Amino acid sequence: MTSRRVVITGFGAITPLGITSNDLWTGLTNASCAIDTTKAFDPSGFTCKLAGEVPDFKIQKHLPKFHRKAAKLMCRDIQLAVVAAEEAIISSGLITKGIDPDKINVDSERFAINIGAGVICCELDELSPAVAKCITNNKFDTKKWGTDGISSITPLWLLKYLPNMPACHIAIIHDIQGPNNSIVCAEAAAHLAITEAASVISRNSADIALAGGCDAKVNAIMMLRQCLAGRTTTQNDDPQTALRPFDADAKGSVFGEGSAMLVLEDLQHAQDRNATIHAELVGSGSSNNIDPSYKHLEADGKSIQYAIENALEDAGITAEDIDLIMPHGIGIPQDDLAEAIGIQNALGNAAEKIPTWPTKSMLSTTGAASGAIDVVAAVMAMKNGLIGPAKNIDNKAAGCKLNISTKPQQKDIRYALCCSYTFGGNTTALILKKFDGQVK
Amino acid sequence: MNQRVVITGSGIVCPIGHDVETMWKNLLAGNSGMDKTTTFDASTCPATFSAEVKDFDLSKYTKNIDLHKTGNRHTAFCIGAAAQACTQAGIQIESDRPTDGIDRRKMGIYLGAGEGSVDNDHFFDVLVQAWNDNERQMDWKKWGDYAFSNFSEMKELEQEPVMPASHIAMLTGARGPSRSCLTACAASTQAIGEAYMMVRSGKANIMIAGGAHSMIHPLGVMGFCRLTALSTRNDSPKTASRPFTASRDGFVLGEGAAVVILESLDSAKKRNAKILAELIGFGSSGDAFRVTDMHEDARGAVQAIEAALKDANVSYKDIDYISTHGTSTAENDSIETKAIKKVFKEEAKNTPASSPKSVFGHLIGATGCAELITCIMAIRDNTLPPTMNLNDPDPELDLDFVPNKPRKTDVNIAMKESFGFGGQNNVLILKRFDE
Repeated sequence: MTSRRVVITGFGAITPLGITSNDLWTGLTNASCAIDTTKAFDPSGFTCKLAGEVPDFKIQKHLPKFHRKAAKLMCRDIQLAVVAAEEAIISSGLITKGIDPDKINVDSERFAINIGAGVICCELDELSPAVAKCITNNKFDTKKWGTDGISSITPLWLLKYLPNMPACHIAIIHDIQGPNNSIVCAEAAAHLAITEAASVISRNSADIALAGGCDAKVNAIMMLRQCLAGRTTTQNDDPQTALRPFDADAKGSVFGEGSAMLVLEDLQHAQDRNATIHAELVGSGSSNNIDPSYKHLEADGKSIQYAIENALEDAGITAEDIDLIMPHGIGIPQDDLAEAIGIQNALGNAAEKIPTWPTKSMLSTTGAASGAIDVVAAVMAMKNGLIGPAKNIDNKAAGCKLNISTKPQQKDIRYALCCSYTFGGNTTALILKKFDGQVK
Repeated sequence: MNQRVVITGSGIVCPIGHDVETMWKNLLAGNSGMDKTTTFDASTCPATFSAEVKDFDLSKYTKNIDLHKTGNRHTAFCIGAAAQACTQAGIQIESDRPTDGIDRRKMGIYLGAGEGSVDNDHFFDVLVQAWNDNERQMDWKKWGDYAFSNFSEMKELEQEPVMPASHIAMLTGARGPSRSCLTACAASTQAIGEAYMMVRSGKANIMIAGGAHSMIHPLGVMGFCRLTALSTRNDSPKTASRPFTASRDGFVLGEGAAVVILESLDSAKKRNAKILAELIGFGSSGDAFRVTDMHEDARGAVQAIEAALKDANVSYKDIDYISTHGTSTAENDSIETKAIKKVFKEEAKNTPASSPKSVFGHLIGATGCAELITCIMAIRDNTLPPTMNLNDPDPELDLDFVPNKPRKTDVNIAMKESFGFGGQNNVLILKRFDE
């Protein structure tokens, strides 16, 4: 079996900077910051009171008639994913059942989907009225839960929160019948989903795949979890400057929500239908942290180094070939330092020269969506020959030798490297190549 | 060049045994793992019973108990299953300088891993404290104040579905490509399928693959009860899981972990590892039909089975045994039967198909791998595990379900089917190893 080349023919993003990929690009290149005081719930009891929230949108507008009733089964994560998927598919020129059932130009059985999703936390205010019926002596009473609690929950409750549901709804809307997977590796999930979707195409199990990530971290329990783990900033008074990746004054991250999706396609298939090819996916690598402190990246950055080395080998290029690095850059000092060390060890001296563009200072950390959003940003940078300015990096942290791009710069980008990692230890690297029109 | 992929280790922690041999013995004997639920007081729930893992002792599997003790229930099971599988395969665990000759950068992990249970000691109480019933809304300030002083950092973090794999990485030192997926009841089958592809293509030499899940907790039981997916045969837990019968009324919620070691044939030979079976096919599809139901014509299931047969380059006539998804729900068992009839045509009634869930329950994300291990054993012993409690066959479901007792027969090629809520269908094909 010869392995097939995989290209990107569509993308979409819904982020705190706006509900389309154009909003994302405009925001990022203007160094706009979407981080603000949390609005979804009153954060006054939380150590971090900031979030990156997506502007209002109406989900019904993004659903075809035949799936509108299902809106009530869509938690926030699913809604975000549905919107990003719609933009990605429209931009690719593919016409699915959900776009126009009379003009379908896709073979559903050869269409795969792979989405990075977070652990979807239930809406607590939906659960509370049922829990409130189960109190004895001011405590939760499991016996009453069995009788009065369970029966007052909506029957399809569980289906709103299974992490495979974003992929399930999108598959129904766009009639995607090929391999369907949901990767749950937290902040590394989107890259791993994209990697796997590309391998599904290259091994000929599908011709097209929708791949990306979605997450809605602006939920009390998710925020609590990040705060308790000591991953969030407590600098709440100036949201615009709160998240400072690789900066000497970094105090922690801010969490948010979003989704980004790519249409991946077999090169031959894309060319046969005269699709616009935005970039080629030429390399991927991943590894694992094995340090006992699995809340953070290990201090020597070994696992991120290994992921990058694997991706370079997969792409058949060297460090000097890379023109842009999209790092994970989360704003947690010890993680940023470990990532910088990992990148520096993998790329050697080249790491000090290649423009590096962290985006989370503008977007917040959008969990399982973050890696996909960065890939969309990298693709747009390639298309526009422009690298945007990084925000809030005034003094590079000691030990970080990366060439952080603090001013916008025009640059022909042939290869871009995107990195991500997560608590729990997965690390990833993806390498995109500007499409050169050559067929091997 | 595609690598041949073999299985060199297996491990399990499930309701009918904390190791493969015990599980297999109990499965063949039909010793049910179901009983009254004890992990929480479920006595008033619509389903009061489940299939629990009982008396599990993590310290038997790890020296670093302090490192792993914060792990959720299913993470502990997973460490047990992975430790067994690695030991069988000759992979050294918890070793700073392993001498097993395995390149850790070419050894990865792929789990179909579930989320951990919420912190039941506090999760509900904090809602009670913060809910303002008069105004029908949450007082978030109160919620935050209570939560910050009561919830524990590690209990929260360990709920993330990435955590079982995280612990297995620390246990084994695996530095190769690693992922966790969660496609409901099909998760570990899908994990093994994609891990198989990673070894086949040379991305990894060894993949530690499988699944871990436990949903026997107030929210999990509630969720499945509301979907009316669980059997409510509370007066007879041991006969409640009765796949393919006319009286089936739902599945029995189980828990556990199962892990297999997938390895390239070259690597296994180089290490003189004992080969348990060869993985030869994987097929995967999506129903794209409804959130709540399987496609009525079994479209997705048929597509996945056919894809797996094609990938394995075998015909349905070559399949000696089908390990069904067989959940004991009205819908699954009838659609699955329809799928088998469509693909297997004239051979459908001659191809034995049984459901281990009749004995150990539905291990949700972990179930596919647990059942794949029963296929490995079926091939080893030329013995099919039975579908227990099959006393009143559904007249529409008229295949050979191996009712009520195990059967001696030649088993060279076995097929494992898994179908998830939301329409993910995954099928693996396993073969007796032959040079």
